[in-house]
Amino acid sequence: MNKSYTKVAITLHWLIAILILSTFPLGLYMSDLKFSPLKLQLYSYHKWIGVTIFLLFIARLAWRLANKPPELPESIIAWQRFAAHAVHHLLYTLLFFIPITGWLMSSAKGVPVVYLGLVQLPDLLSKDKALGNILETTHSVLNYVLLALVVMHVAAALKHHLIEKDETLTRMMPWLKRRTL
Amino acid sequence: MRSNTLPLLLATLVVGSANAAEFSEVQTAQSKVAFDYKQMSVPLSGAFAKFAIQARFNPAQLATSQAKIDIDIASIDTGNSDADDEVTDKLWFDTQKYPTASFVASSFKALGGDRYQAQGKLSLKGKTVDITAPFTFKQNGNSGIFDGSLNMNRLDYGIGTGIWADVATVANEVSIKFHFVASSKQQAIVAPKD
Repeated sequence: MNKSYTKVAITLHWLIAILILSTFPLGLYMSDLKFSPLKLQLYSYHKWIGVTIFLLFIARLAWRLANKPPELPESIIAWQRFAAHAVHHLLYTLLFFIPITGWLMSSAKGVPVVYLGLVQLPDLLSKDKALGNILETTHSVLNYVLLALVVMHVAAALKHHLIEKDETLTRMMPWLKRRTL
Repeated sequence: MRSNTLPLLLATLVVGSANAAEFSEVQTAQSKVAFDYKQMSVPLSGAFAKFAIQARFNPAQLATSQAKIDIDIASIDTGNSDADDEVTDKLWFDTQKYPTASFVASSFKALGGDRYQAQGKLSLKGKTVDITAPFTFKQNGNSGIFDGSLNMNRLDYGIGTGIWADVATVANEVSIKFHFVASSKQQAIVAPKD
């Protein structure tokens, strides 16, 4: 039986993780900046990273649907299995809706997304300042929910690895596998 | 005598007769001064909400046609609400010192068909530059519709200096687009020039 995720799934997972860990603080930092060229540049980079996360997420979802992920260790009890699956489903839902709300917000604010400065995404909404502000709040709230879920996801993975010493984390980080296992 | 005419056109063949119409009553509510530019390669559109036009345009009498447009710079909508407050600042338009931009058309030329061009001086942020603005003129009943655009470089006028001078963030090129609607007063004789 496969004890770890495929290399493709592992690569996509960690790429997405790194991008989220960089663009989340970037989003917080840039929104408080005084209007300046730096602010405009950071907004663009944030949007480009967001589009990249969305594309990688679609790839990850497609891969996952086609390649069954490894089972959780048998020692994990029912409610924890349920919690793990629920958190994963919510994470996937947010990985879809956070970029989408960012895209909608860009359209509503009248500043379309031009991916990498090259490819202009169509505007999904017409310009509407009030709606833009609502979407900004939505985008921000969803991100805090994501932060809470990521904290749970990481805490659970560390607990399984460090305290219960099972194979939960090594399925995604096979290089941490203990020789004795 | 009073007034000047729009920076645009003249004499279309449509009008053709000796009783050619002179278009001098500009319908500001139906008219528009807008602009396109790029910010981090993102195309944005803005507009000026307030402007005043004095114009006297007769397509059959281009030599005596005149136009003057005064734009209230502080009425700007940059297309990015975060930018609207910033652009009245010294580095941009410095609207306290230079509240108005003006274009005075001194001559008009027919380019064939419904196409014309206005030549004149654009005064913006203390700089006055000769410019040529091509436009089309179409007559619809007693309304004359002027549509045109011209490309300019913001840095030629010192718009967006200092930290904003880097054109990789806010492009130097700005395309001004205007749409004016003016109604005519039928006149057998065109009024003499001022």
